[in-house]
Amino acid sequence: MSELSILLPILIPLIGALFLLMGHSSLAVQKAGGVFFSAVTFVASLYLLFAADAAGYVVLQVGNWSAPFGISLVADRFSAVMVAVSSFMGASVAIYALSEIDESRLRRFFFPLYLILMFGVNGAFLTGDLFNLFVWFEVMLIASFVLMSMGGERAELEGGMKYVCLNLLSSVMFLAGAGIIYGKTGTLNMADIAQNLQASPDSDWMISSSMLLLVSFGLKAGIFPFFFWLPASYHTPPSTVSAIFAGLLTKVGVYALFRAYTLMFAPIFPEVQPIILFLAVMTMITGVFGAASHFDMRRILSFHIVSQIGYMVLGLAFMTPLAIAAAIFYLVHHIIVKTNLFLISGVVIRLKGSSDLAKVGGLCKSAPWLAFLFFIPAFSLGGIPPLSGFWAKFAIVKAGLEVEAWISITAALLVGVLTLYSMTKIWAEAFWKAQPDEQATVASKHPGPLAYMVIPIAVMSASTVLIGLFGAPMFEFSERAAAQLMNPQEYISAVLTTKGEVQP
Amino acid sequence: MEALIAVLVGVLFAAGTYSLMRRSIVKLVIGVILISQGANLLVFTAGGLLAGRPAFVPSDGTVPPAPYGDPLPQAMVLTAIVIGFGLTAFLLALVARAHEAVGDDDINAFNKTDT
Repeated sequence: MSELSILLPILIPLIGALFLLMGHSSLAVQKAGGVFFSAVTFVASLYLLFAADAAGYVVLQVGNWSAPFGISLVADRFSAVMVAVSSFMGASVAIYALSEIDESRLRRFFFPLYLILMFGVNGAFLTGDLFNLFVWFEVMLIASFVLMSMGGERAELEGGMKYVCLNLLSSVMFLAGAGIIYGKTGTLNMADIAQNLQASPDSDWMISSSMLLLVSFGLKAGIFPFFFWLPASYHTPPSTVSAIFAGLLTKVGVYALFRAYTLMFAPIFPEVQPIILFLAVMTMITGVFGAASHFDMRRILSFHIVSQIGYMVLGLAFMTPLAIAAAIFYLVHHIIVKTNLFLISGVVIRLKGSSDLAKVGGLCKSAPWLAFLFFIPAFSLGGIPPLSGFWAKFAIVKAGLEVEAWISITAALLVGVLTLYSMTKIWAEAFWKAQPDEQATVASKHPGPLAYMVIPIAVMSASTVLIGLFGAPMFEFSERAAAQLMNPQEYISAVLTTKGEVQP
Repeated sequence: MEALIAVLVGVLFAAGTYSLMRRSIVKLVIGVILISQGANLLVFTAGGLLAGRPAFVPSDGTVPPAPYGDPLPQAMVLTAIVIGFGLTAFLLALVARAHEAVGDDDINAFNKTDT
């Protein structure tokens, strides 16, 4: 039965997408099906989360071929929680899409593509095979390319070009790295690669391919100096699309970095640690400065994705159990908060017709409920106690103090202050100041009622508060997940000892 | 043979990078195609080159006679070629639409979403 739990979060979106492709003539079917299948995926992902937490590892050898000959699907606690949070975002944003996505996009297969995106994201989290990970990345990217540029307006096409070209380059790097690894180890199963590398007397020959993968995953995650496509493209599509991209896509890159450096490249990690540490600190700093220099809500938020990715990679760079646990907690917190902020920027656009901070204002008076809902994720991102972001940052800083990485910690705290500064800027400009008179605001037309936008935002804000108030169980879970990541031997034996029926 | 193909991979990567650096968006596409072909060839070569040794099992045996060419890199390259084909088709369509919308082939005209 537990094998089924790992398949469901992958199969349900696929079945949903195929079903919606067949029922493409009816808009009602598209809308109801999109929400229904996303919601069922979320339920299935919770089932997987409980199964993985209880058993430690859920392993499925696809086609009953024993590892490393077949493709293994592996869910440890880390990948299970990523699947659960992503599917949570998928279900919430699908409801939001009902209100924002217009008929022409629905007719161009918005929901099937959306489900294919979820299919790719969940598959990338669950696979235990390097080349299979490449394929999942491509599934996810193809869906995201179309979602990004389907509107056909100039900004979308320009942003789409930059996004597509750089992501294609990243895929090429990934393929080259995976090919070299295969040439050297003769296997693509991540557990088997890790075992090969541990057994090898001189593992330095792995550094070249590990660097290729670092560049590839770094491009996808948006770390310094590969992040330029992100703020150039994420603010162009509808808020529904930027929200789901902001929440999920870069995090898949971060997940892949974690998987690569805690499992496959664990023996050579000390040699690349200074590089990752440097990249993490630079990512935090450049991201937050970019955000500080901007005056458009969605552009500010895009740059904040970059800066926050830095914190997670910093957790990886410290590589202590506490730091990894903190980074996992940070990932969960960040996915929820960042998706929520992008959704809120969509409501601001709906009410005021723009997300340019110079043109909007007075939202505190005209929509106090929105101000309240914005306050929670924004100041959680800034790290104000007792919201979830405070505990995430606190844990990262504490882990840094333990390894005495003074420079990184100083940078992290400074970046925290600057994050708070740009959140305050949005707050002061969009919500606090009076509506600028010279700009008569036109509320933009949306096909659905406002309630569909507010419900997901309220749910996510509530979960941010809950994670903040009851952070202990969540953090204990992160510690259990981190313990698994810090001990790759468990993962290797879980994958390699689960036998399929077919023995070559 | 490996050395020759290694040089070819290098040439493809270099030519692709050069094309990527040009200002025309069509050359950008050409650059992406060249680099991805270079990567395909790299994977193919990394799996080991063996001429005329297919991994066929003879009718009276259970394993192919050693040494035989590893079929897995070829399967990988095939997958990568198919994916690359689809992506290139999409990229070409995107470039055509973007060229229509921007009205210029110069990448410097694509500055509306920049900072």
